[in-house]
Amino acid sequence: MKKKFNSFFKSKETDNKKISKLSEPLIVRMIIITTSVFFILIFIFVPLLLVFVKAFAKGWEAYINSITEPETFSAIKLTLLTAVIAVPCNMIFGIIASWLIAKFNFHGKSLLTSLIDLPFAVSPVISGLVFVLLFGRNGWFGGWLFNNDIKIIFAVPGIVLATIFVTFPFVARELIPIMQSNGNEEEQAAIVLGAGPLKIFFSITLPNIKWALIYGVIICNARAMGEFGAVSVVSGHIRGETNTIPLQAEILYNEYQMNAAFAVASLLTFLAVITLAIKKFAEIKIRSEIKQSSIITIGENI
Amino acid sequence: MPFRKFFSKNNKRVMPGFGLSLGFTMFYLSLIVLIPLSTLFIKSFSLTREQFYASVTSPRVLASFYLTFSASFIAAIVNLIFGPIIAWSIVRYNFPGKKFIDALVDLPFALPTAIAGITLTTLYSTNGWFGKYLELLGIKVAYTPLGIIIALIFIGLPFVVRTVQPIIEELDIDVEEASLSLGANRWYTITRIIFPVIRPAIITGFALAFARALGEYGSVVFIAGNMPMKTEITTLLIITRLEQYDYTGAVAIAVVMLVVSFILLFSINVLQSRVNRKDRAA
Repeated sequence: MKKKFNSFFKSKETDNKKISKLSEPLIVRMIIITTSVFFILIFIFVPLLLVFVKAFAKGWEAYINSITEPETFSAIKLTLLTAVIAVPCNMIFGIIASWLIAKFNFHGKSLLTSLIDLPFAVSPVISGLVFVLLFGRNGWFGGWLFNNDIKIIFAVPGIVLATIFVTFPFVARELIPIMQSNGNEEEQAAIVLGAGPLKIFFSITLPNIKWALIYGVIICNARAMGEFGAVSVVSGHIRGETNTIPLQAEILYNEYQMNAAFAVASLLTFLAVITLAIKKFAEIKIRSEIKQSSIITIGENI
Repeated sequence: MPFRKFFSKNNKRVMPGFGLSLGFTMFYLSLIVLIPLSTLFIKSFSLTREQFYASVTSPRVLASFYLTFSASFIAAIVNLIFGPIIAWSIVRYNFPGKKFIDALVDLPFALPTAIAGITLTTLYSTNGWFGKYLELLGIKVAYTPLGIIIALIFIGLPFVVRTVQPIIEELDIDVEEASLSLGANRWYTITRIIFPVIRPAIITGFALAFARALGEYGSVVFIAGNMPMKTEITTLLIITRLEQYDYTGAVAIAVVMLVVSFILLFSINVLQSRVNRKDRAA
């Protein structure tokens, strides 16, 4: 304890003296900061601003009108439906897969972890293509589906499948590292005390990973609602039927209805901004989740 | 020590749900990812060698490969240069609006690609906010390869920044102090002490941005102009083939792209595990 106190004091003292020599000259710092700020403003902030400026260029009324227009409205409904199916599927998978990878040791674990990340390496267009190869008219199951009058490609099931594929790793990826760093001690203590599996999960594991899970679900949702390439391949672009919000924005844009296109686009841009805000908040919480658990392990070692 | 070993060996039996979670994970992974992806390879095996070769070496396909690879490479290089600078200023400096800049870096992750596409196209077209002034300088961005590069820079930036940032955060300030007290100047410390540590992260970020750019569709397709042989990217060509019911052509091109991105990802993993091993050794 004393040692810690001393070193804490010392580092504070030296900090003020050495800080200037441990950093770059003022002019260099200025150049680096200006470069970074300008790069972000030009490449990211101005495009973000443009979406909202164009969306509201003709006022609130036009904005509301373009969003409530029937085709757009049905695109919004389809997007929500897709997310409502895809996100819980990948959430449940993410929780179970991260439980498996974080809590157990088994052969082929690192291979399995890489396989979970696989959809990240696949171009969205190819993700759509594989489902066309499976369920399209000339695909493996195409003939059977056609005979039984089941539509997957150019219909809602195909859109949902492609979306699940593309957003597959998001929740698992957020959960695996935090579950691994949390370890098994708390759960094992609960087993010794006689808790059942469900009780252990809901009262010990879940509270520990809460913020990582929330962030994983939020980013999965943003990607599910905004997926374009894969959905574009399987959707068939049937107006009012198989168009999601990004596809609707594309159609309006190609018809030179700029303000309507950006009004539709602004919905998902809002979602992106909210997602980023939650991310920032969750990051702080996740850091404290990890810190808390590391404090516990330090205490145990002493 | 024997006590610990005893526990870790019995992990499987102590923690509940091994069989169930393994079974479900494998089932869902196979159903959603492995089986659909394998259809692509199985389908490609049904092509004869001549068919495959003809599909991927037609002039239009080769032109799209050249465009996609070179634009992705240039965009990743731009991010390779600016990404670490941005990460460095976020971690090491304080300036007004820093948190805002930090949050903006992630926007390309969260913003749908199609929306990035229509926005960038509007921005850089001849009467857009940027396009207007670039036009005066005689620079055309929208509907040229330059536009494709701009879109790919947008998409790839977070990969480099977010890979490099945690490594800079973890840098040990003691090492820099030691370097200073041994008489090294700041430039020497940065180039000889700091840079070698963050270099693997920079290369990883570059590879991730490059791999992502190769498969990108939504953000590029609007700004590209999509002229065959000139501004047609490979992912668009796959869709074109598919719309012409040329499954053979689509599958052949897709397999080439997929193999390239798998190789890239595999090299990233090898690089990362090498770095981790070095860390452990040190």
